[in-house]
Amino acid sequence: MTDPTTAMAGIGTAEYVTAAEHRETGPGRPRSLWSDAWRDLRRRPLFIVAGAVIVLLAVIAIFPSWFTSVDPNHQDLDFSRQKPSGDAWFGYDLQGRDVYARVIYGTRWTLLVGVAASVLTVLVGAFLGILAGYFGGWVDGLASRIGEIFFGLPFVLGAIVILNLVRNAQIRGALPIVFAVVASIAVLSWPVAMRIMRSAAIAAKQQDYVKAARALGASAPRIIFRHLLPNCLAPVLVYGTIALGAFIGVEATLSFLGIGLRDPAVSWGVMISDARNYVRVAPHMLLFPAGFLTVTVLAFVMLGDAVREALDPKLR
Amino acid sequence: MGRYVLRRLLQLVPVFVGTTFIIFVLVWAVPGDPFTGMCGDRPCPPQFVAAMTDKYNLNDNVIVQYLKYMSALLTGDFGTTYSEQSVGELIGLAAPVSLRLAVVAVTIEAVIGVTAGVLTGLRGRGFLDNLVLVSTLFLIAIPTFVTGFVIQIVLGFQLAILNPTVSADATWGELIIPGFVLGSLSMAYVSRLTRTSISENRRADYMRTALAKGLPKSRIVGVHLLRNSAIPVLTFLGTDIGNLMGGAIVTEGIFGIHGVGRLVYDGIIDKQGSIVVGVVVLLVVVFLVVNLLIDLTYAVLDPRIRYD
Repeated sequence: MTDPTTAMAGIGTAEYVTAAEHRETGPGRPRSLWSDAWRDLRRRPLFIVAGAVIVLLAVIAIFPSWFTSVDPNHQDLDFSRQKPSGDAWFGYDLQGRDVYARVIYGTRWTLLVGVAASVLTVLVGAFLGILAGYFGGWVDGLASRIGEIFFGLPFVLGAIVILNLVRNAQIRGALPIVFAVVASIAVLSWPVAMRIMRSAAIAAKQQDYVKAARALGASAPRIIFRHLLPNCLAPVLVYGTIALGAFIGVEATLSFLGIGLRDPAVSWGVMISDARNYVRVAPHMLLFPAGFLTVTVLAFVMLGDAVREALDPKLR
Repeated sequence: MGRYVLRRLLQLVPVFVGTTFIIFVLVWAVPGDPFTGMCGDRPCPPQFVAAMTDKYNLNDNVIVQYLKYMSALLTGDFGTTYSEQSVGELIGLAAPVSLRLAVVAVTIEAVIGVTAGVLTGLRGRGFLDNLVLVSTLFLIAIPTFVTGFVIQIVLGFQLAILNPTVSADATWGELIIPGFVLGSLSMAYVSRLTRTSISENRRADYMRTALAKGLPKSRIVGVHLLRNSAIPVLTFLGTDIGNLMGGAIVTEGIFGIHGVGRLVYDGIIDKQGSIVVGVVVLLVVVFLVVNLLIDLTYAVLDPRIRYD
């Protein structure tokens, strides 16, 4: 998601090396945090497995027609609740629709909500956190108090109340519904990202390079974006990766309760919610989307774990 | 100590006001007529609308409504639903069930999570460590409602060794399985937190000193190590009690438990704003008070922490 920064940092050491560093070849050459982390990550089996699963899911999300030729909305009541067979690997749902095709086409909605919610949370939280950390004083006080208020709201309850408002406002169409779910997740979770960024910024603010930049007359925006941001990004990015998996689970929970996504944005959570009243007679309607959901969340949590261990030298 | 508690209590006031105000506005400032669909298919009779508007101060602006609601709340009056039921009584019926469920869940996650964390933290890398890491990974990845349904299908319907739903009394024994489902996610976090905390503290200087003094191993681990490693675990468990009481909506729905989560969910669906606000206020109070209590226990566990 925020890969450009990571890639840039990698290029920074690989191509724009200074003359002095260039001479020192071999293992003694100093590497940046990011290239060091990348080197470390490539050797972790956990990262490779998680990465492969995520790439596959991304391909499924972008090109679902590569994986199934069945129309996910084609109904045939003759097949209603039929068990898995050679024709339909995952069986049919109540309306006689192919569960496999629906799972494949549902991937994009599930991933979209997870990625968008995580990006929005990190953007809002990191922006407020870095401002609060750098300026301190009343800015910090205000941001922290507002953050505490949102942190004090129980997550599921808060999301239900917000999404209920959205439902009453009669929002239609897939993308507006997705945006409503994404926004309600971000509204309730930005304080965590803000706290992480704030403490990183407070620690970085006291470093000599920031004092030097200030002594040279650099403006506040320049110090924040050129000096603080690259040095404070790691912890909040780790949070973002781990939260991505969690947000996918949250979306499924909200859709399960009937207030998250809904038709035409049919995610795995919506499918599980549709299947909930038939668990006794047709458990396959529930178990296949639930299995995909579990594997996806697992992949993102594993990725987050691997990235955290690679970026946090203390854990090595 | 007294001054610290006082200061913390004063800090709670703006958070409490802010949280309840946001919920109040979100619930009551809903765009559209609050009376649509309330009286079945017919529009509500004008007398009923007038009575309700008067009773819930719907003609005032939101801030005045909020102030009136809060002043009633401070005298212990949670208001009534549209069908004249007292919200305080409804909460009084549901809260003990939810509290019991939360206690069962926290007990299960504390016992299993801390045991797994201590064992793996002490032993270090090995088979047990990998087993716990992998199983916690799975617990984190599986959403609560999937765990709930799978346990219900397997234990309740296929093996038929337990009743798939919980009766209205919700006795302690019946709540063990729902409590396990509810606490499974946090159990994974507790065991990971304990493991990290223990393996960090195991190398601390005071551990070497205790060993050099010739203390028995049980005392070193039980008194020195566990007590010092307990703080992050305790913080997590504390915040979890508040989360579990409100976050049990899904678990309560699956197992048919009549608790606070069910109450608030029905309240939202039926547009019973007074129930929603009442329950959320209660949960926020529980959350804030538990956090304060946890902060105060720090000093008992770690005498180096002083409040001034």
